[in-house]
Amino acid sequence: MLLAQQILNGLLDGVYYLLIALGLSLIFSLGGIVNLAHGAFYAIGAYLTFVLSPYLGFGGSFVAAPAAVALLGMVIERSLFRRFYRSDPILSLLLTFGLAMIAEQALRMIFGAPPLSYSIPPWLRGQVAIGSFIYSFYRVVLICIAAACVTGLWVLLQKTPFGRVVRAGVQNPDMVGALGISLQPYMSAVAAIGIGLAGLAGVLLAPIYSIHPAMGQEIITPAFVVVVIGGLGSFWGVVAAALLVGLVKGVMVGIGYSAASTAAIYLLMLLVLLFRPRGLFGERILRFE
Amino acid sequence: MSNNRDFTRRSLLKTAGGIALVSGISTPAILRAQTAEVIRIGHLTPRTGFLGPLGEYAVMAADLAVEEINASGGMMGRKLELLKEDSVNPQTASTKAERMIERDKVACIIGEISSASCLTIAQVAQRNKVLYINTGGNSDALRGSDCKRYMFHVESQNSMYVKSVGRSFLRDGLVKGKKWYSLTADYAFGHDLLKVAKRFMEGNGGNFAGDDLVPTDATDFSAYLLKIRDAKPDLVVINLAGTQTTNFLKQYAEFGLTFPVGGFGFDTALAWAAGKGNFVGTWPVVWHHLIDTPGSKNFVAAFTKKYSKPPENQAWGDYVATKIVAQAVNELKSTDSTKIIEYFEKGAKFDLLKTRQGYFRASDHQLMHEMYAVTALPADKIKNQWDVFSSSPSVPGPNEDLEAIAATKEENSCTFAT
Repeated sequence: MLLAQQILNGLLDGVYYLLIALGLSLIFSLGGIVNLAHGAFYAIGAYLTFVLSPYLGFGGSFVAAPAAVALLGMVIERSLFRRFYRSDPILSLLLTFGLAMIAEQALRMIFGAPPLSYSIPPWLRGQVAIGSFIYSFYRVVLICIAAACVTGLWVLLQKTPFGRVVRAGVQNPDMVGALGISLQPYMSAVAAIGIGLAGLAGVLLAPIYSIHPAMGQEIITPAFVVVVIGGLGSFWGVVAAALLVGLVKGVMVGIGYSAASTAAIYLLMLLVLLFRPRGLFGERILRFE
Repeated sequence: MSNNRDFTRRSLLKTAGGIALVSGISTPAILRAQTAEVIRIGHLTPRTGFLGPLGEYAVMAADLAVEEINASGGMMGRKLELLKEDSVNPQTASTKAERMIERDKVACIIGEISSASCLTIAQVAQRNKVLYINTGGNSDALRGSDCKRYMFHVESQNSMYVKSVGRSFLRDGLVKGKKWYSLTADYAFGHDLLKVAKRFMEGNGGNFAGDDLVPTDATDFSAYLLKIRDAKPDLVVINLAGTQTTNFLKQYAEFGLTFPVGGFGFDTALAWAAGKGNFVGTWPVVWHHLIDTPGSKNFVAAFTKKYSKPPENQAWGDYVATKIVAQAVNELKSTDSTKIIEYFEKGAKFDLLKTRQGYFRASDHQLMHEMYAVTALPADKIKNQWDVFSSSPSVPGPNEDLEAIAATKEENSCTFAT
């Protein structure tokens, strides 16, 4: 019974990584940029919630903070990322690594290093019983929002003209160019969506995690693991990997091997890469081979 | 165009590995010209990572202490200069300690929070025969099997934490015949604390229900909370460190669990961050900002004036340690580490902003001083974001020996290598 609860909780836990990992995967697939600053946008989302909530309430900052982070993402794409699409990827890695450090130090200088006090708004507190499984109401809400975002993103990528261009751009940007379609605005939109999702994760997790300057670092490593396990360019690969990582962590704690719960996800990554070097559902993308 | 970029999954993995390495190295301190007029003290503490939030208080307090020392004439009439660095992790801490001693010729090193880093700094200090004062590492092993002649401890040892809050647990009937479940930070500090906690709880008739080791990078506690809910303990013991304690408290409230909570290690900044209604339980502290003594009141006032927020217990450690060094140097008219150690070992008394003066116990170099147990106030009794707990009277009480809560020779013994 407890194990069943742990399995379910582990899967739900994986959903949080998903919001970060999807954007990471999207930006990498399209622009070839490994965005090490992705965690920083998550942190900025959380700090914005803290700042905006007294004025807008949690509901208001739930809308405003991710929008602001998405806008910031678009500005950074326009001013910085676009210069690096065609250069050595090491350079963009250094760029985003630098951005992550600047963002973290800026948060530390403005807000101080101690974690900030922020709680779940009263109307989202409490427990719900799903059969005999009692779970936090806030987490149920959180998971529903995350699921809605994932579905929305999938529809956008698979069922709209916008998504068709983006997917074509992932596979063969030169051919897209030859067809007379400029990828530039699509790149900006994808950066805004991906980074906005990280900001949204920051808003959603601020009430249950600590808001502190290094919070981005905490989440970026597992998110990278998810992307690597899932496979580049694969939407469902990332989804499956996020759930799998959550599951492995949860079950390791559940069966009493909590000390190895972090190590286990790296072991999982190692095994996946050994047997499926492109990740679980990774597509063969010519330019990354 | 596509052919120009030689980017493969393989190189992605390689660079990711490279970044993990690079991130461990931080910027070197600016080389300073050697001048005879200033006396330098090295300050090392984690300023990033899960202990970073506490490290910031340590740095602010050490700065304040240096300012006050310099305003009242410095050390032997010379200006005191503090060299501050982020200790990052045990390896980096040791490298930086080495550099502070060899290149910057510091008189001594103060600081640290991680017990693991304390040990590597102490090894460097011992080898170079330079005094090191630990202001935040709790593990008993640092005062026992790993003790060093050149290392002194302003921070209390785990045994002192356990015995001071343990009295509150005993008084509230949470120990004898009761089931306790614990979460333990999975590094030197946690392992040591679990050992000491078990000795105390078992010695007083508690029943151990289970323990989970928590990796230091864990942020989500839902899986642990499900286990705790299933185990139905009479007392949940939280032996975590840094922001993890805050995460736990927030999520404990989120899941609506109501078993009594407490811990054997604590920092007030974490309670402030957990927030009203989320902060629950009874916890031990070396010092807190509500202590009603003239010394503490002055310190709180000066700190609040400079930084617009009250100091927390880690601030006390680094403030007091810096003042202790100043007192020793001014009295001895020397910065020689060997002479300072002799002075400490002879039982010199220090003002610790508490009701009684303290001293270093010669046998293990642990500072003997009063501690406190704080209990979270119910949400409706909280008036502001800082005063979120009520405090026990000082432990040990006024008529007791200060050594009453420290580890005995049998529990933890130290032999200094000669």
